[in-house]
Amino acid sequence: MSLWEYANPAKFMATSRRPMQALGAAAAVALAVGLVWGFFFTPDDYRQGATVKIIYLHVPSALMAINGWLMMLVASLIWLIRRHHVSALAARAAAPVGMTMTLVALVTGAVWGSPMWGTWWAWDPRLTSFLILFLFYLGYIALWEAIEDPDTAADLTSVLCLVGSVFAVLSRYAVLFWNQGLHQGASLSLDAEENVADVFYFPLLVCIAGFVMLFVALVLLRTRTEVRARRLHVLTMRRRMSA
Amino acid sequence: MPDLGKYAAEILTAYGASAILLGGIVWASVARAARLRRRLDELEGRGRG
Repeated sequence: MSLWEYANPAKFMATSRRPMQALGAAAAVALAVGLVWGFFFTPDDYRQGATVKIIYLHVPSALMAINGWLMMLVASLIWLIRRHHVSALAARAAAPVGMTMTLVALVTGAVWGSPMWGTWWAWDPRLTSFLILFLFYLGYIALWEAIEDPDTAADLTSVLCLVGSVFAVLSRYAVLFWNQGLHQGASLSLDAEENVADVFYFPLLVCIAGFVMLFVALVLLRTRTEVRARRLHVLTMRRRMSA
Repeated sequence: MPDLGKYAAEILTAYGASAILLGGIVWASVARAARLRRRLDELEGRGRG
């Protein structure tokens, strides 16, 4: 069976419901366990004090802000190259979710930065690239809304997504490009010699799993809604033409 | 409730704001999905009837 079969809207609708429900339930459990574990059962950090508890929201949301855009990039490329409508709709569906994740990362970062850095905001490379990523999300959503023809909207938003990907990558690696900002390096990294301490690491992993599953479940739900919206539009037009 | 010390306001603000934002996107997604499914069912039911 080919992966491209799922690009068929009927096939996608028939097969995506159960995974969406399972992922939604698993996300709720993982978030409940991870956040309760992190909030109630982890000690204060020796430098950050209790503000370390913000890490369980900030790191997973920042991760999904970037990876959400990268998922949109893959879906946009599939649309541009193979013209599969479900992939264009999946990219559209992911944007509000990714934008929310970006906003959560920006807000929790600002709230954490206030006592730790002495400021809510600084024009630091990573913070600035995240703000630009947020604006790209806004622009992407606005562009979809502004163009009536769905194929033209998918084409133009895909191009915007390609351009915005520069900032998505930049938000991840800004700390390395410009070693001069306030923001520290990655809290979790496969190639780092040292990550956060185990006592914070394991609940953080559970929270990350929860955010990933929440993102995928919401994208599936919203993509299904976009498929229905497209069908509703077609049926409405047909009725008007025949009336 | 753990002792959050002098950072209680910041931590609770971060958790509260995140709950509102994430709850908001979940609610908006579920509500729109239900609304469109209902409208499509109505339209398709009318078409068949």
